[in-house]
Amino acid sequence: MAQMTMIEAIQSAHDVAMDRDERVVVFGEDVGYFGGVFRCTAGLQEKYGSHRCFDAPINESGIVGAAIGMAAYGLKPVVEIQFADYMYPAYDQIVSEAARIRHRSNGDFTCPLVIRMPTGGGIFGGQTHSQSPEALLTHVSGLKVVIPSNPRDAKGLLMAAIDDPDPVIVLEPKRLYNGPFDGHHDRPVVPWKKHALGDVDDGHFSIPLGEAAIYRPGSDLTVLTYGTMVYVAEAAANETGLDVEIMDLRTLLPLDMDAIETSVAKTGRCVIIHEATRTSGFGAELSAVVQETCFYALEAPVTRVCGWDTPYPHAQEWAYFPGPDRVAAAFRAVMEA
Amino acid sequence: MTDHPLSLHVPEPGCRPGDEPDFSDFEVPKAGAVRRPAIDEAPEKMRDMAFSIVRVLNRKGEAVGPWAGTLSGDELKQGLRDMMTLRHFDDRMLKAQRQGKTSFYAQHLGEEAVACAFRRALEDGDMNFPTYRQAGLLIAGGYPLETMMNQIFSNARDPLEGRQLPIFYSSKDHGFFTISGNLGTQFIQAVGWAMASAISGDTRIAAGWIGDGSTSESDFHAAMVFASTYKAPVVLNVVNNQWAISTFQGMARGNAGTFAARGHGFGIPSIRVDGNDFLAVHAVAKWAAARARAGHGPTLIEHVTYRAGAHSTSDDPAAYRTKHEFDAWPLGDPVARLKAHLVTLGIWSDERHIQADAEILDEVMAAQKKAEACGTMISGPAPSPRSMFERVYAEMPDHLRRQRQEAGY
Repeated sequence: MAQMTMIEAIQSAHDVAMDRDERVVVFGEDVGYFGGVFRCTAGLQEKYGSHRCFDAPINESGIVGAAIGMAAYGLKPVVEIQFADYMYPAYDQIVSEAARIRHRSNGDFTCPLVIRMPTGGGIFGGQTHSQSPEALLTHVSGLKVVIPSNPRDAKGLLMAAIDDPDPVIVLEPKRLYNGPFDGHHDRPVVPWKKHALGDVDDGHFSIPLGEAAIYRPGSDLTVLTYGTMVYVAEAAANETGLDVEIMDLRTLLPLDMDAIETSVAKTGRCVIIHEATRTSGFGAELSAVVQETCFYALEAPVTRVCGWDTPYPHAQEWAYFPGPDRVAAAFRAVMEA
Repeated sequence: MTDHPLSLHVPEPGCRPGDEPDFSDFEVPKAGAVRRPAIDEAPEKMRDMAFSIVRVLNRKGEAVGPWAGTLSGDELKQGLRDMMTLRHFDDRMLKAQRQGKTSFYAQHLGEEAVACAFRRALEDGDMNFPTYRQAGLLIAGGYPLETMMNQIFSNARDPLEGRQLPIFYSSKDHGFFTISGNLGTQFIQAVGWAMASAISGDTRIAAGWIGDGSTSESDFHAAMVFASTYKAPVVLNVVNNQWAISTFQGMARGNAGTFAARGHGFGIPSIRVDGNDFLAVHAVAKWAAARARAGHGPTLIEHVTYRAGAHSTSDDPAAYRTKHEFDAWPLGDPVARLKAHLVTLGIWSDERHIQADAEILDEVMAAQKKAEACGTMISGPAPSPRSMFERVYAEMPDHLRRQRQEAGY
């Protein structure tokens, strides 16, 4: 075991995967010599050579399209889209190709491919370095979509994604790379090195795709969330003094519906939190699942706390971000309902 | 100074319905006139190859010049047979579509030589990333006609179990990547496959395919950048059949230069070939494949041909182009040209041609009979609806299992 940041955990996952399987190749913009703008691929080119870890031209459709060809050949490409906001040029390759190749060829060709992309805001990145496009990916049949909230999950989910026979999107909440950010932007963040979830196994281990985790058990209400918002929910729970059960979904597609049903049936109240814009966001799907499976257990309306339906702003970042105050207000409202 | 109001330039073809066909601005070099560079010649030294057209067969049916002689008499006879098979196959499937036995078809009329000759230049194990108009790759590769028809009829023996639009075949064993209807996407995938072969120290190469219209897509650019950057062992084919549904090829290239010349900015050797000349297509494909295999990287080939039929069963060309354009097309009919060559060689005759034509038609009809016995879209067994839930993923997730049960399968 070692104490790792989320970045180091992601590096370690790449390292272990490349070491145990020579079919694993890693590429993307700035990922080779430089090791990635967030350093998630640092040291790989030096260790495994430039034929297995290399820089790519600035063309996301090219990166994903080439990776699909490599996956069809029999390699296991793990590519980085530098920011999730840059995935749109690759969207056709992701939606119409990677996600569909197994089905459309009836299993003749497959696409075991991992696409990593830093997601979410909180770093003053403005509208082109802050987006959370998970709903644009969870709507696509044939994809799997994961989003870790801590170093241990980041490594375990990435290892599982690399071992998976189908295309997996790994959304990495960039605000969590160095520590569990709780939305109080005016306070220092506790680094992962001093956090229990920063304790990560050095070797190979994986966290199964499709399994949610109870981050914090409780009985008053259920929070369904993922990524950065896990810690925002925790801050709000502490500040309200409510006994909140926080479910870290970890995998958005396929969704752990049993875990959701069990928790909400127990608490009777549900708050859904995500940083992405509200309308047609992933929270809408979660809300529908809760309504379909837990309607008779509900004591209060299912409530969403999300980013506003605006482009992600720069100077107004903290007015946009669904921070602990907005989350706490939602907790109180569902308890009073 | 006067301010002139600006106006938008929208390219138009030389002729439209009602006009006489006009190819007067289409320059056709003499067969044998274009040089054959060494496969390791520097790309910047062979830019001339993008502005002429490699042709081997002359008007008398003789094979002439430095690109001649890549195929034996038997191989040429087989090539003719492949093209004739494809033509009969097209004809039968077009009729089957009109009879409602399938929902869609797209024929290859006039451009049969491109894929049939190209396939003969590849090795088993190489991988094509085709468009929907390269069924010649399958036919020349020995893929069963009956299986192709099963796919077209979405019947009980369709290897894709009804998932795909007719003619969107897939066969890994025959080096034929699953076809996408989103144009251009497969061009960069071919480059990725070739990169993977190079990464793995393999000897196999890839071939990408795209139409003249789809070169406008961003993925054409993506493929060219990646192929150029990594010197991928790939042959990139642009099939310029003059028409993208109703849009003439000038719309995709600003009506300037050639499609092959697009390779120059990427430092990719680029070459134009007479796509209706079976021998020329084979020779150029062989040359490009040899370059790839020897580690000299990608080649861009523009196959100059003509789509004599409709784009698909969903359009009527009479609405957008002049009726007798194919008759006026300067590069002629690939089947007639190869036949004339074989006759000139003394290894074929009109009588044998007529006989072969009848035999091939019988084979195609026999395959169709067998396929139809397994069902068409108006009769017989179809794939189970249960199948649509399968192989979305390697393992069916719970939510799909629940939906399948909800649907009653």
